Amino acid sequence: MASNYTLVTDPHPLYGKLTLDSFPYHDPVLVTTFAAVVIGSIGILGAITYFGKWKYLWKEWFTTVDHKKIGIMYIITSLIMLIRGFSDALLMRSQQAMAVASESGAGYLPPEHYDQIFTAHGVIMIFFVAMPFIVGLMNIIVPLQIGARDVAFPFLNSLSFWLFVVGALLINVSLFVGEFAATGWLAYPPLSGVDYSPWVGVDYWLWSLQISGIGTLLTGVNFVVTILRMRAPGMTLMKMPVFTWTSFCANGLIVVAFPILTVTLTLLTLDRYMGTHFFTSDMGGNQMMYVNLIWAWGHPEVYILILPAFGIFSEITATFSRKRLFGYTSLIWATVVIMLLSFVVWLHHFFTMGAGASVNAFFGIATMVIAIPTGVKLFNWLFTMYKGRVEYTSPMWWTVAFFLTFSIGGMTGVMLAIPAANYVLHNSLFLVAHFHNVIIGGALFGYFAGLTYWFPKATGFKLDETLGKWACGFWTVGFFLAFMPLYVLGFMGMTRRLNYYDNPVWNDWLMVAGLGAVIILFGILTQFYQIFASIRDHKKNRDLTGDPWDARTLEWTTSSPPPFYNFAKIPHVRDRDHFHDLKKYGLAHKRPESYERIHMPKNTWAGIVISGFSLVMGFAMVWHIWWMAIAGTLGMLVSWIVYAFERKKDYYVEVAEIEAIEEKRYGKLKKGQELERTGQQPGKDGAADDAVAISI
Amino acid sequence: MASTEKHHGGAAHGSLKEYTIGLLLCIVLTAFSFGIVMTEAVSGTTAVIVILITAVAQIMVQLVFFLHMNTSSDQIWNNTSAVFVVVLVAILIVGSIWIMAHLNHNMMMGH
Repeated sequence: MASNYTLVTDPHPLYGKLTLDSFPYHDPVLVTTFAAVVIGSIGILGAITYFGKWKYLWKEWFTTVDHKKIGIMYIITSLIMLIRGFSDALLMRSQQAMAVASESGAGYLPPEHYDQIFTAHGVIMIFFVAMPFIVGLMNIIVPLQIGARDVAFPFLNSLSFWLFVVGALLINVSLFVGEFAATGWLAYPPLSGVDYSPWVGVDYWLWSLQISGIGTLLTGVNFVVTILRMRAPGMTLMKMPVFTWTSFCANGLIVVAFPILTVTLTLLTLDRYMGTHFFTSDMGGNQMMYVNLIWAWGHPEVYILILPAFGIFSEITATFSRKRLFGYTSLIWATVVIMLLSFVVWLHHFFTMGAGASVNAFFGIATMVIAIPTGVKLFNWLFTMYKGRVEYTSPMWWTVAFFLTFSIGGMTGVMLAIPAANYVLHNSLFLVAHFHNVIIGGALFGYFAGLTYWFPKATGFKLDETLGKWACGFWTVGFFLAFMPLYVLGFMGMTRRLNYYDNPVWNDWLMVAGLGAVIILFGILTQFYQIFASIRDHKKNRDLTGDPWDARTLEWTTSSPPPFYNFAKIPHVRDRDHFHDLKKYGLAHKRPESYERIHMPKNTWAGIVISGFSLVMGFAMVWHIWWMAIAGTLGMLVSWIVYAFERKKDYYVEVAEIEAIEEKRYGKLKKGQELERTGQQPGKDGAADDAVAISI
Repeated sequence: MASTEKHHGGAAHGSLKEYTIGLLLCIVLTAFSFGIVMTEAVSGTTAVIVILITAVAQIMVQLVFFLHMNTSSDQIWNNTSAVFVVVLVAILIVGSIWIMAHLNHNMMMGH
């Protein structure tokens, strides 16, 4: 940890700042974790080698440009990082539950370790859990919803994913080599400057966010183009499914907001590496400019997370209320208005920094105005349910849990938007409770709802419904127990990020919050068991028809999992609820008379290789190993150029192959429809087994 | 890529001549702004204004010569998004200047 390292001021030409002290071999907790990780990795790698799966992984997954597979990999990575981020949460909750003392040393986490934990928790949960989760869902669903065969730039999509993985890897490396930032998740200078954070923690933060941020930016460009240019004929903008609309707005926000992050990180990097003073007061720099810039990105970022979740809830509410979505047009306009307004509110993250009344009033009012379009959406969903035949499946459970928690989070947000109140509440646990309230109760519940809803589409079988409801119950109860006490503690004056405190009254509330975290743990364990059990019992939960929920939009017209080309024939769209329209007029699942060959992108090594070199470059930059940084950069450039000169990037799927795949698909469909008619469970007679091909 | 069509319309791909002109203009504009600062031909506010103008000019050069933007109707989405971005960038720049001016003003209370 920080107290034990040797500060190398003059990096060695061969291994930079890296010394034996960089490895925390003296910390028993980390050594144990490290040992577990090493043994686990050897186990996994060994198993892959033993079963001879390397070639399969490389050919089918690592080099894939198929948006569905990339989406699945995003979500798997996100769930793995959720374990890491949630472990940090448990560490913090348990530390605070026991750290009543009048001086440092209470609890079991020393301050410098605790500071790294809350920093890592924030960074991981936002950048490496929430972002990949929603980008994964968009990857799987958006092209299917608009009737496209892939995204506009399939290679870029693969590159985005692998760059994101590199960011996640760098953060995990920091656990065992060196340290992570101890600055809070947004690393304000001067604390994050080289004077106060002299070792490598902030550098890990910088490079992992920079690399994965570039990946996110490319994703944004990719999806904006995909949605604008690759919709099926007939699908006008106002006939797009709501999830596609909200994803479009979120990606528009990415394109505009992420360059701000890139620039801000670059300036801080220059401050730390080149001795510039953009953000330190020497030579006329300004710390407050950093805060201004990082939130000019940071506020749109929270809308990037929440808007697609709103889209998910819209799809689910309409499907399970068996009704057309109430007020589609108003919902779309509300989304667009939120997208624009999200760029005029960033100052509410630093009301207390000292701007005058006119500035604070403007941004306070702008913030409150956002509550209006958001409120419009809630009424859209409620009126969709009104007089509908609501079916309480587990996606619907998540949705209702969202209504409840998100409304509370929204209201405390409006409270925080009042500058005068903000002066009292800022930096307190009230704020912590508020943003968990909207990010967990809004974004995350939406992602879980979406995961349950679209799981059969991606894999060919449903998740276990009962376990899903249990998970939702644990999460909701745990959430309220864990975060409502924090509102109270905020009012009692407890500030955030405390390593210890001397007010015994707070302890009771923190105990309750700790209990809540444990209940959330049960929720997460239930979810992992749910995934395991559903894979084990996949024959019972099989989705043979491609439409397990009797849903309304285009993605359900194809089989589950869809063939790699998604649609044998590009559909012509007449109605907003395309599939519902087809079913109503008996046109669903009509077999086309003939097929045409399909133009598809080829898999490529370039995404993973370029990203691999970026990992080398990032690690070398963190440790000031210049020769290696140059090698990594050259590697990226050269492999990119080699890829650019490659000729055969695409191919045609011949009609015979399409016919064979579709033949199978219609056989499966017929079986599924028969079973549905007779009310039987699928799978008992060992129906078509290739449904799980994609899942394993 | 995934569509059966090879060309989607939209942006043209430009010619060698276009790229050369663009590159030369960029070099001239960059050299010019460096030049006036390094030779101290102008100073203070004037220098800042000149640099700002050459910077905006360079953005236009890149948009026209490298990204091939024009006013033809098949570029409707490029132009819409350009308007969107210009509005947002304006909000961010004006907002930042406003915020930072306020902060500086309050820092110097009593003056």
